[in-house]
Amino acid sequence: MVSRSLQLKILSAIIVFGAWEIAGRIPVSYAFPTFIDSMVALVRMAFDGTLLVAYGETLKPLVVGILISSIFGIGIGLWIGLSEKFDWLFSPIFIVMQAAPLAALIPILVMAYGIGLTSKVFVVCIMAMPVIVLNTAGAVRNTPASIKEMGKSYLGSDMDIITKIILPSASPVIFSGLRLGVSAGFIGAILAELKITPTGVGDIITYSRSIADYPAMYAAIFSIIMLAVLFLNLLERIEVYLFEGNVRGYASD
Amino acid sequence: MVMPQIKEAVMQLDVSGTENAVVARNVSKNYGKVEALKNMSLEFPRGQLTSLLGPSGCGKTTLLKIIGGLLQPTSGEIEVNGKPVNAPGPDRAFVFQDFALMPWANVIRNVAFGLELRGVAKSEREAIAEKYIADVGLKGFEKSYPHELSGGMRQRVGLARALSVDADVLLMDEPFSAVDEQTRRKFQEDLLRLVQNENKTFIFVTHSIEEAVYVSDQIAILLPRPSRVSEIIRPTGFRSMDADTIRRNPEYLDIVDRIWASLRSYVE
Repeated sequence: MVSRSLQLKILSAIIVFGAWEIAGRIPVSYAFPTFIDSMVALVRMAFDGTLLVAYGETLKPLVVGILISSIFGIGIGLWIGLSEKFDWLFSPIFIVMQAAPLAALIPILVMAYGIGLTSKVFVVCIMAMPVIVLNTAGAVRNTPASIKEMGKSYLGSDMDIITKIILPSASPVIFSGLRLGVSAGFIGAILAELKITPTGVGDIITYSRSIADYPAMYAAIFSIIMLAVLFLNLLERIEVYLFEGNVRGYASD
Repeated sequence: MVMPQIKEAVMQLDVSGTENAVVARNVSKNYGKVEALKNMSLEFPRGQLTSLLGPSGCGKTTLLKIIGGLLQPTSGEIEVNGKPVNAPGPDRAFVFQDFALMPWANVIRNVAFGLELRGVAKSEREAIAEKYIADVGLKGFEKSYPHELSGGMRQRVGLARALSVDADVLLMDEPFSAVDEQTRRKFQEDLLRLVQNENKTFIFVTHSIEEAVYVSDQIAILLPRPSRVSEIIRPTGFRSMDADTIRRNPEYLDIVDRIWASLRSYVE
């Protein structure tokens, strides 16, 4: 027996892909392929190795950027949340970073760091880091005072209180920041490949468009979305595994 | 001329005769210009339950947190077992008004958390925690999470955590104010039994007059602006009586009335 939530997921997928198929058949635009054509192109690219090579390129700045953003983002966010001084010093940088129009900044990055991996990692970080930092800082700052007092009164050291109380307590908001940050990182990775040098998945998109192979172009876009969704699901699994009680609800509910 | 001196000597003898687990000496606490506590002295006899009772703003929670080492007094000192303290220590355990449970941890980890912070090995601390979970009546809920428990059960977890570190002094900050009336009555009866069976000193903050008179060996009435100890009442007549009959005892009713008469003018 398939569970109800899975039924609903399948139903919603059928509706979306059905609408896509119909829109492709009308067609709404000659540049809009049907769902089936796109999937055929996806399977073709998956089997002739094009996708594999492309993701080898795309994942490099993506993984490096997301790792840097997560580790430094949570670290800096924790610091900002714990110290008012660092809040004043660093928060504005990340708020500006979050609001900055990234596409306009790319030429400056290219001038400073060239067209290689460094610039692309930077783009991913600029997209992913602010939301991770700001979410972490906010969650750390809002740790319930009574749980911190509890830790102190039961003789916890400052380190105990940070690792055993503040971080777990902040984890739901940190993880939601990570989810937002990771999806922004995916956008950043593709943006970098479209705007800096066409490599990897960005190259498939640009090249297919230039030769009017629209099914391949949409297949590439579809594959990156799928990858992002899978990655977000993985993140959710990690969260449930680490902090079971948190995910189910709060004692203060 | 001689009489007052003799009287003073007798008084001092009396003080050293009843052994105190906790003594607050001339404790003051200022928040900027606001005086939360002014020159407060109070003694907490060993093995007894002392209530801090008073209207809101009288500094009873502030005093409790200073005793617990969570706040530093501006001046004055706290002695526990004869030694001055200014930080949390293994001799005191706290029970919080809002339970202060960790929502991401199950009951057994919450109860064992005090021992975990003291570096007790996992198997050992879980064995101790299991015993106290059973003692507070939560056997079978070891693997439950706080959000799956009712308010009363959550506070039982908080109580088990405080008992499991085996401190001499239990500091309870309005522990029953966030649970419903019926659970509260049950808690009060359980507390009486706990005071009798465990050789511990209880310091109990409450704003309920009936609750204070029902459970206390000694009630310190605190009054605000400036915060001070206005009166210490020691109910004696009904302390040894059955829990069910206390509420009908004339002394109990008299004390409740008397306290209300003295607090009435401070309640706005």
